[in-house]
Amino acid sequence: MIPKYTLSSSIPGPADITRQVLRNGIVLLTRSNFNSSSVVISGYVSAGSQLDPLEKLGLAHFTALALMRGTESSDFQSLYDRLESAGASLGFGASVHTTSFSGRALAEDLPLLFATLAECLSSPVFPSEQVSRLRAQLLTGLAIRGQSTRDTAALEFDSLLFPDHPYGRPEDGYTETIQNITRDDLADFHRQQYGPEGMKLAVVGAVSADRVFELAEKHFGNWLTGHKRQTCSFKAIKPPQASITRKVIIPGKSQTDLIIGTLGPKRKDPEYLAASLGNSILGQFGLMGRVGDAVREKAGLAYYASASLNAWIESGSWEVSAGVSPGNVEKATALIIEELRRFTTEPVSQEELEDNQNNYIGRMPLSLESNAGVANSILNLERFELGLDYLQRYSTLVSALTREHILAAARKFINPDKLIIVSAGADGKVNNNP
Amino acid sequence: MTETITQVELENGLKVLMKEIHTAPIISQWVWYRVGSRFEKPGFTGISHWVEHMQFKGTAKFPAGVLDKAISRDGGYWNAFTYLDWTTFFETTPANKIDLAMTLEADRMVNSLFDENEVNSERTVVISEREGNENEPLFLLDEAVQFAAFDHHPYKNEVIGSIADLRSITRDDLYAHYRKYYNPGNAVLALAGDFDSEKILERIRQTYQPLHGHSVPEPEYLREQLLAEEKRIEVAGPGETTYLQVAWRSPAATEAEFFAFTIIDSLLTGPTSLNMFGGGGISNKTSRLYRRLVEKEYAISLNGSLQATHDPFLYTITITVHPKHQPEVVLEQLDKELDVLRQAPVKQTDIDRAAKQARALFSYGSENITNQAFWLGYSEMFDQYSWFTRYTSRLAEVTPEILLDTARKYLNQNQRVVGIYRPDGAKR
Repeated sequence: MIPKYTLSSSIPGPADITRQVLRNGIVLLTRSNFNSSSVVISGYVSAGSQLDPLEKLGLAHFTALALMRGTESSDFQSLYDRLESAGASLGFGASVHTTSFSGRALAEDLPLLFATLAECLSSPVFPSEQVSRLRAQLLTGLAIRGQSTRDTAALEFDSLLFPDHPYGRPEDGYTETIQNITRDDLADFHRQQYGPEGMKLAVVGAVSADRVFELAEKHFGNWLTGHKRQTCSFKAIKPPQASITRKVIIPGKSQTDLIIGTLGPKRKDPEYLAASLGNSILGQFGLMGRVGDAVREKAGLAYYASASLNAWIESGSWEVSAGVSPGNVEKATALIIEELRRFTTEPVSQEELEDNQNNYIGRMPLSLESNAGVANSILNLERFELGLDYLQRYSTLVSALTREHILAAARKFINPDKLIIVSAGADGKVNNNP
Repeated sequence: MTETITQVELENGLKVLMKEIHTAPIISQWVWYRVGSRFEKPGFTGISHWVEHMQFKGTAKFPAGVLDKAISRDGGYWNAFTYLDWTTFFETTPANKIDLAMTLEADRMVNSLFDENEVNSERTVVISEREGNENEPLFLLDEAVQFAAFDHHPYKNEVIGSIADLRSITRDDLYAHYRKYYNPGNAVLALAGDFDSEKILERIRQTYQPLHGHSVPEPEYLREQLLAEEKRIEVAGPGETTYLQVAWRSPAATEAEFFAFTIIDSLLTGPTSLNMFGGGGISNKTSRLYRRLVEKEYAISLNGSLQATHDPFLYTITITVHPKHQPEVVLEQLDKELDVLRQAPVKQTDIDRAAKQARALFSYGSENITNQAFWLGYSEMFDQYSWFTRYTSRLAEVTPEILLDTARKYLNQNQRVVGIYRPDGAKR
């Protein structure tokens, strides 16, 4: 078969992403897709958990989830009735740097989605009864988190890798800190931190850029805040100085979750792409890369064993994780460290390099199939200042990577003798496997 | 939904469904087999899922370690799923790379090796997968409720199988299961994406036609109808959170009542999406049970589950109980809401609203070519593709009277399993 067009012709770029800025600073990114009959909205405001006081960890998260609990003009039920009756959805959530939102609707209901988004962002009232109900829901969520071996391992890992830094603290807080947060704390946080400054909004689907601009002007054009937002600075992030091993016992669990890792690059670091491609070789490609091959395919120790690279604004993490029987934690740990050692001492093979380059280049258009996929991608172009042509330059950037680039990136970030090693699960005295 | 699809049956019995979509240079291929936990005998639970795993362990042409890299190398993605009625394998690739995916699926349809060492290594992988599931209280509760809700039908077992069976199933058991169910006569091939149907059909014939097909007899058991009584079960385990799950028999997907039941589910617990990839869902904050249970602080959250299945399965409502209440009190409140549904017809506008929600969910799912190819094969496993194309219109045809009759027939207190997960309360 000969395709009628090349892969690159469907990749978003400057020719079909429209970037506009409202007078109050809100950045709009639109990509029309009239093959679809619906529209996705995705974006963020600059109000993240990095601003949470230590005794009120979870404040940004709590505030984000409370935005839809009632506004100056609508109560909780009427807000959701409007959305759900149209088959539309809208949700908010906080991360370290931002509070993000995403929603979707049939194209005919985009005005409704815009209006609801604007209403929740600019005029939430945090009704006491709703706040108290939401608090109970958050506390139950934390109790469930405390029983999750995966979540517990991740929390412990982050706290050891990023001590005294917001990256090491849970965005959803702890039981005690959620109990400390009052209704007025939410209102204050909203008043002080939410505003058009730093807000980005991507719209993708069956709508024109002109129409998006018109709707944004109507619903957000008059949103102004009279305050200057608080900023914060934190201790510099340093790599682990020695290996640290931590076991968290959660009685009664059949499986233990294991995370082994260290710092990774920031998204804007020059090594990012080489590290990312290397990570694919290490623990993604095929059935979870080299780690999957060693821990799952050859040793049969785990259902999942893979590597991930999480690159943020100030730093990142490079992690290998696996779910294993409690009695196999040490065996799996040794196999993973062996793979990390190999990864940092010898270059990947030419075949691995080419396989993964082809995979990266070939799968990129697949990740851009849906409106939501495109919205996320173009939002990241803006968030990390990669340029609107980044997706179109991507295959050239990936093709230019060499085995040496990957080895250099691996060595810069991973020292197999200085790792954070965390497991969470039942006591490992019994091996349940046959 | 109106759309053009091409349906062909090859001489070996392989049913082929194709849908051209020219919005992106991508093709998604799905191969569906009529095998899943529904086909499993006592002592062999989990065998279908394990066979699915073995399909990644190599053929003579694509040995283990080659096969799993072949699609990724071409920039594609692929996976497989085993469920009650079916097992399916898919590859989504750049349009000009689909040949490899077809060659690979045709090859492993009949040529997988099931090497003894690979079987044993995979045994511990599958057990590990099950252990991961066992970490979740809701898996333990689900498993117990499902087991109690059937007398003899294999739907009573979890797809992943019991630990005892996973330890005792042999290489020869797996291979026999594979040989019986994996062949063109028991399969459906679905393709969606950027191709010319006539040309790709030629390629399909070249690849799949040489394989020998045979039909597979239906399993020898009877469908189970409504439960004869209320059963109550309890599961104890770690944690601080109590869960309540209530399960009733649900109609098979081919029964007319299934569509009324879909509306009932939507009214009670919010709309359910048939999208497997992309599309997301719609929240359930205005559903009747959310308003009665979550807004009144009897529950923290809840959801409903109605599956399109070959035989009557289960409609389940799962509730995370509010810490200030006992599950029995929450059950009383649930029953009050069900009484409302059984006492008088709902408004036509409620039905219209559920139908619009379903239309929106279809629209979201249509953006994704992989999801569209999934849809093509999915309904073939319990009915025909027309089930799917007629789905939204059949929802719109439901009347308040049909809905009332369906609620009265199925959602009774003496025809259900009530399951409670009671935490031991231990805090770390």
